[in-house]
Order: sequence, then structure tokens, then C-alpha cells
Amino acid sequence: MTEEQKSLAPADPKMTARDVKVFYGPKQAIKGVSIDVDMDNVTAFIGPSGCGKSTFLRTLNRMNDTVASARVEGTITLDGEDIYAPSMDVVQLRARVGMVFQKPNPFPKSIYENIAYGPRIHGLAASKADMDVIVEKSLRRAGLWEEVKDRLQDSGTALSGGQQQRLCIGRAIAVEPEVILMDEPCSALDPIATAKIEELIHELRGRYGIVIVTHNMQQAARVSQRTAFFHLGELVEYGVTSDIFTNPRQERTKDYITGRYG
Amino acid sequence: MSPTPSPAERLPTDWKSDAMRKRIARRYAAERRFHLLGLGAVLLSAAFLAFLLVTMMGNGLRGFTRTEIALKVDFPASPLLLDPQAITNEALANANLPMVTSAVAEKMLGKDADALLAPTAWLSLRDAIKADPTILNRTEVIRVPASTDIDLAAKSDGTPAAEAAVKRLKQAGILSTGFNWSFLSASDGTDPTQVGIWGAFKGSLLTMLVTLVLSFPIGVATALYLEEYAPKAWWTDIIEVSINNLAAVPSIIFGLLGLSIFLNFLHLPRSAALVGGMTLALMTMPVIVIAGRNAIKSVPPSIRDAALGIGASPVQVVFQHVLPLALPGILTGTIIGMARALGETAPLLMIGMRAFIATPPGGVSDPATVLPVQIFLWSDEVSKGFVEKTSAAIIVLLVFLLAMNGLAIYLRNKFEKRW
Repeated sequence: MTEEQKSLAPADPKMTARDVKVFYGPKQAIKGVSIDVDMDNVTAFIGPSGCGKSTFLRTLNRMNDTVASARVEGTITLDGEDIYAPSMDVVQLRARVGMVFQKPNPFPKSIYENIAYGPRIHGLAASKADMDVIVEKSLRRAGLWEEVKDRLQDSGTALSGGQQQRLCIGRAIAVEPEVILMDEPCSALDPIATAKIEELIHELRGRYGIVIVTHNMQQAARVSQRTAFFHLGELVEYGVTSDIFTNPRQERTKDYITGRYG
Repeated sequence: MSPTPSPAERLPTDWKSDAMRKRIARRYAAERRFHLLGLGAVLLSAAFLAFLLVTMMGNGLRGFTRTEIALKVDFPASPLLLDPQAITNEALANANLPMVTSAVAEKMLGKDADALLAPTAWLSLRDAIKADPTILNRTEVIRVPASTDIDLAAKSDGTPAAEAAVKRLKQAGILSTGFNWSFLSASDGTDPTQVGIWGAFKGSLLTMLVTLVLSFPIGVATALYLEEYAPKAWWTDIIEVSINNLAAVPSIIFGLLGLSIFLNFLHLPRSAALVGGMTLALMTMPVIVIAGRNAIKSVPPSIRDAALGIGASPVQVVFQHVLPLALPGILTGTIIGMARALGETAPLLMIGMRAFIATPPGGVSDPATVLPVQIFLWSDEVSKGFVEKTSAAIIVLLVFLLAMNGLAIYLRNKFEKRW
């Protein structure tokens, strides 16, 4: 870690990644990345396609475990606890570090069931009334309540793309995670739906640690306070968002944000 | 070789030229040809199906009816040793009804009466007495089944002697045609007038039940394990190849396997629905495994990601998301396998299910036969009366099959979810 990066590190980061390397078989996809995630700042990962930003994001809640050939080195901690330690329960980890995917992927069940599924499997609601409260709260926080409150039993897949993505965000926050990882959550959405999601990210900031991967540099500039620029599996530059966009230190970062490549 | 023109030299495409118009015309012609070809194929298969149905119905529907002769029985005058107050099965068995029946018939129809009535004609008298013992005190008209010769002569064409007898009976006004209820309730027999399909039907039902109970859970569990848990290793590849090969193994081989393992080694009851079902389960399982794996594979990975992403355990992902979404496909595969098993004859011959069994099986370990084997047995009979019984049995088998497919389609639509 460089001196500048150290100064960025908050006093009490929620998650830390130190010298993380990811291999797919013999191929190295991530080459020693160190980053901190805290509750007050939204962290954005930017970079050209195939640069490893999504791969790195998926190491933060061990979604890479499902890829047989993937291997992770380095340490990633959540509240100081190594998430790759044998004592870490991966199922609980994924409840604590929720994820929103690129393509909206609601379950082919009712809107209510989509939200209620997570709390139910983790035993977060004691009664039906409890569950109703959780569903309403989660949908409100996802900014979807007003639009769907009269049709909670309709299928989640019948909603529009933007609504589906907000439903997925609502589903993630229904289990009260500590960190939410968003993997290009707006790439399949139109500008209006995108604006709603961005607004939502602003509102969720502070309550959850948020990491967002995006192809859209304007979006990174709008929603994040920290930006990490990845290129060919390396973390080229990591810093305060406004600095990265107005005063990049690295030539490659400058080339990318000015549209020279990517 | 002519030099290739550089991009700059290329002329602008003339979209209106003759060559271009011809190319478009050819494209449309190809499209029409393909359309007609497909339509022709559909019509041809529909015609075959219609032909099959018409011939089956033509022969088979006659198998569901029987020719009856109305006998006027004067019970008080007959030498029956029966007390109307005490009608028991035992008393009926000792009452010598067959003799009484022939005596009545002889008196009414003359010397050759025995040739006119079915050997089981006395059963109609017995059932009539059982239903209403008071008829023992009066004269009653009872319809009894006619013999095979008379039945055939009345329905289509029989021997000259039988035709003459039919003519005589018709003039007397005692010949009629009725629905053959006993065909649905009786089992195999020696005389075509007395045979029924119930024994074989129940045998098929029990066999299918055993097959389903064994092959569905094992097949689905295998498919789930291979898709979700099995590591990619040489031995899983071997299992996969073996299962694919098993699905293509001729069914008689499975019969031999059942014979040597279930009968000779495990000493399970011969000719029983249990062994038949187990043998057919061996045959059906690979089909379910293959269909199940395809159905599981086609569940979008995004659904797995979604469930894993909110902290569902792998077992929860499989049973709460993957399996419900794969179920319609698994059911389709299962029904294809079951339909094949239902129509299977060869492996069941090997394990002794071709025996002559005149009583319906009471359970899975009783001797039984199944519909296709029954059809096979009847088609082999010498008596002409079995021809229409064979066709009728085929209709029953087809109806069974259609009912099963209908259930499958219903279940599939019920579980189908769209996303």
C-alpha cells in the first residue's frame, strides 16, 4: 500500500483486503489488490472490460467459491475476521455481505416472497406480522413500496427492469447485511431507472458499506466517494473520487477517464 | 486469378439489379418449400395416427360388447337346493348352478344349447340370485352370455352353423347385445367370453407404481448429485457415459438382468409386479437422469447466484430454487420413461410375467401380468374370439397411456414458472 492509500484508510474499516491475488487455474486475474470498505463512503470500481473488477468484487463475499478453478490468495477481513478462514461460515458471510447482480434476477415468485425469502432462511422473523414489517421496510428502503404495495402477490418477474433491480436491492437489504456489493447494477437499465438506483445508493450510504462496479464513469463520479481504477488485474489507482476524476496521478487512469481507451 | 479490387474500387451495391431480384425470389421460394415440407410431415403423421385409431376402434370396440341370450328360468321348478333366506357364497357354490343352467337352456333351446351358451353362463344366474334372492320364488328372465361362436356370428361373420343358430335365436327374440362389464372386471381366462382386462390393468398399475417409486427419487437424486455436487473427475465422466449408454440398452437385456439378480440371486417372487417394477425401474432411471440433468442445467445461473448471494446454503439453493424450476422438465422426462415402461413386454417375459393368471393381483408380490403382455398372450391364442379382445385390450392400454400423459401435461403446466 502506498502512503496516499494509507491515508485514505478509515480508522475502523468494515472490510479490508490486503494483497489479494485471484487465479483461474494458471491464469492470474487479480494481481495484489488492497482496498478498504467503510460504512460512510461508497466505493466504486472502474476499469475496462475484463480488468478484474467484477472478479475482485466476488471475492469479497466468496461468490468465487462456486468457480471450481478459482483460487484466492491474500487476506480479506470483515470486522477484523478473515473471511477465508476455515472457521468462517460462508452462508452467514453472504448474508452479511449481500450482493446485487448485473442482470436483475428476482426469483420467479411473488414480490412478497422475493423479499421474505432471505429473512426466512436466516430466521429473522418470529411471526407473519414480523415478516410483513420486514417486507414493507425493505421495499420502502428500496424505494419500491409505493409502486408495488397493492400487488405484493404478483410475480416479481412481471415488474419492469428497473423495478426488478430495486426489488433485488430490497431482497439484499431485507437480511440486514453490513455490506452490499453491486455488480454493474444499472447496465441493463434505462436512464430513468438508473437515476432511481443512484438515488437509492445515496440513501443507503452510511447504513451499509457499499461497493459498486460500474462501466459508467459519470455514475462512479456521481455515486461514490472512493474510486478504484483497475486495469489488467492490477489496482492502478485508488483514492478519493473527486481526485481520481479531476487529478489522476497515473497516466493510465488519465487515459481511461478521458476516454482514450476502455 | 483476377486481382481483388481494393475497397475504393468497389462499386456501390445495386439493390435493384436482376441478379439481386432473383436472389430474393430464390430466398422466398426456399422459405415456401420448407414451410410446405413441414406441413406435409405433420399431415402424414396425423394420417398415420388417424389410420391407427380407426382400425383399432373398428376391431376393438366390438370387444367391449357381448351377445346375450335371454333365458327364462323357472326357479321353483328347478332342482336348486337353495334357501332364499340363507344365500351364502358357500350355498351358491354347492347349488350346482352350472347343471341347472344347462338344463334350463336345453329345455328352451334344444339339444345343442350348451354350444350356444358361454361356459360361464351360470355365473349370470348366480349374480342374479345374489343380487335379489326373492327371484328364487318365481320365474325370471336372465340374460346370459352367448358362446364365442354365437358372439362372433352375431357381431360379424361366424361358421354356417352358428349363423343359422343366430338366425333362430333372433327370430325367437331372445338375442341381444349388451355392454360387456365383465371385460372390465374379470381377468385372463380360457374362453374369450369370460376373459377380462382388470387383472392385467391392475398388474400394470402396480408395476408402474413400483417403477415410479423406485426410479423417480433415485433418478432425480442422481441427476441432482451429478449436476450440483459431483466433482469434475474421470469417474464422474465414466458414470455419465454409462448412464447415457444404459438409456440405449435393448430392454430384453434388462429382463435378463432382472432374472439373474432379482429372481436367481435375491429370490424375490416370480411373476410379481414387484420384480417387474424393479426391472422396469432399471430401464426408466437413465431416462429420468438424462432428462433431469438437462432440466437442472437449464435453470438460469442467475437464480442460483441470487439465492447464494443472500446466504442460502447449497442445499437450500437446490431444493428451494433449482429443483422447483427444473421440475416441469424432470416430469416430462419421467413420463416419457414411464410411458416406455408401460408398453414394455420383453423384459417382463424374462421374469415370468407371461404366466396364465386368472385372478387379479392383490399386492405387489402376487403373481400378475401387465397389459402389453396380456395383449401379446391373447394375440397368440387360437380361438377367433380373442382377436377383438386383443384389440379391446390395446384400446385400454392406449387409454391408460393417454391418461398418464394427460396427467403429466397437467402437472407440468401447474409447476411451470416463467421468468
